[in-house]
Amino acid sequence: MEEEMHTDAKIRAESGTGSSPRGPGCSLRHFACEQNLLSRPDGSASFLQGVAEKSRERLIRNTCEAVVLGTLHPRTSITVVLQVVSDAGSLLACCLNAACMALVDAGVPMRALFCGVTCALDSDGTLVLDPTSKQEKEARAVLTFALDSVERKLLMSSTKGLYSDTELQQCLAAAQAASQHVFRFYRESLQRRYSKS
Amino acid sequence: MAEPASVAAESLAGSRARAARTVLGQVVLPGEELLLPEQEDAEGPGGAVERPLSLNAGARSRVRVVCGPGLRRCGDRLLVTKCGRLRHKEPGSGSGGGVYWVDSQQKRYVPVKGDHVIGIVTAKSGDIFKVDVGGSEPASLSYLSFEGATKRNRPNVQVGDLIYGQFVVANKDMEPEMVCIDSCGRANGMGVIGQDGLLFKVTLGLIRKLLAPDCEIIQEVGKLYPLEIVFGMNGRIWVKAKTIQQTLILANILEACEHMTSDQRKQIFSRLAES
Repeated sequence: MEEEMHTDAKIRAESGTGSSPRGPGCSLRHFACEQNLLSRPDGSASFLQGVAEKSRERLIRNTCEAVVLGTLHPRTSITVVLQVVSDAGSLLACCLNAACMALVDAGVPMRALFCGVTCALDSDGTLVLDPTSKQEKEARAVLTFALDSVERKLLMSSTKGLYSDTELQQCLAAAQAASQHVFRFYRESLQRRYSKS
Repeated sequence: MAEPASVAAESLAGSRARAARTVLGQVVLPGEELLLPEQEDAEGPGGAVERPLSLNAGARSRVRVVCGPGLRRCGDRLLVTKCGRLRHKEPGSGSGGGVYWVDSQQKRYVPVKGDHVIGIVTAKSGDIFKVDVGGSEPASLSYLSFEGATKRNRPNVQVGDLIYGQFVVANKDMEPEMVCIDSCGRANGMGVIGQDGLLFKVTLGLIRKLLAPDCEIIQEVGKLYPLEIVFGMNGRIWVKAKTIQQTLILANILEACEHMTSDQRKQIFSRLAES
């Protein structure tokens, strides 16, 4: 589905999977609702509008699966729960970073660390790394990459908008350079944690 | 063979295979590769090391290094899979290169053969007890694995009892199995843990610290109140003192030990000893 978005973006700027029925009179996306999910409160419900949420979960899951050594834990499921405290732009990249830190904290064996970096391209072609929500809304393309820590290889990319091939390569190079800062931050925060003991 | 690989690795920003010796005691992250001592001698500074040509090119004298928790073999090198401090233990009797492992802090226990753990009996089905040890599967414990147990003389174990035993089978492919006797058939402290007392959970790193041979915490706690204490490598501690209040105080101290420095601990102990 990500490949579809990649090629489709060259033809027309569109967000989402484009498969939701938007008839002439009704311009609402697909709904899904679940009730009574939580046992403690008296009532709870979950409402899903559009399919953006599911695709973000799938992207994070695929990135984690590429990095976690699942062969050491057969017949076991590893659940990652991400709770959005505040969304100030670059949400997917932030979720990826949080998932990586959580997996390290849990002691799940991994073959590398990973991080997420978001780039936004505005109408002039200027590249902005780690855009705010305002910059994301005004950009003509937003690209999120997940990179691994060993050789800065690309693990996952999720793109939305209109961009050329050279711009993609530029964004990827900028993201790889930026990932160094993220990994350095991981190292510092983990060293701080272990220095307390 | 190893040299061009290390040159290529050096050119990649930040990812360099370092010699394990130089990283001892430091925090290592998943994805790092470590060189064993034998390999870095072969590479040398600049690679121009003169070695006598051997007719049997493949057989270099390899030092046998044991790869402990948190490390995996990756070709000729060690790949770090968990975050923590790298440790090394010299071999006792001279053969081999010792053990390398990563000291990580985690809460989740993964059953390992030979570990002594505290389990809670959750079910009794026929001749087998199912014991919850905190892993992904309950361990099985046969009723004959107690000291002096025979088919006629069954041990008195009920659902909900605490068991202190060790794993005889614990790998990723099979359900873990535990027993409460050692290889000679004696209990050696294992079996059903008595009445009363308190079971609580701590991190695995704290248990290893408390079980280290020269741990001051246990000596200080022992001077405070008379107590019975059982440590399970699965992060569970059972403690029992004369009164419930003392038991709770001891449980709180042990849980807090993780975050306290030794000075703070000594302060708390002296304050408790006075009251």
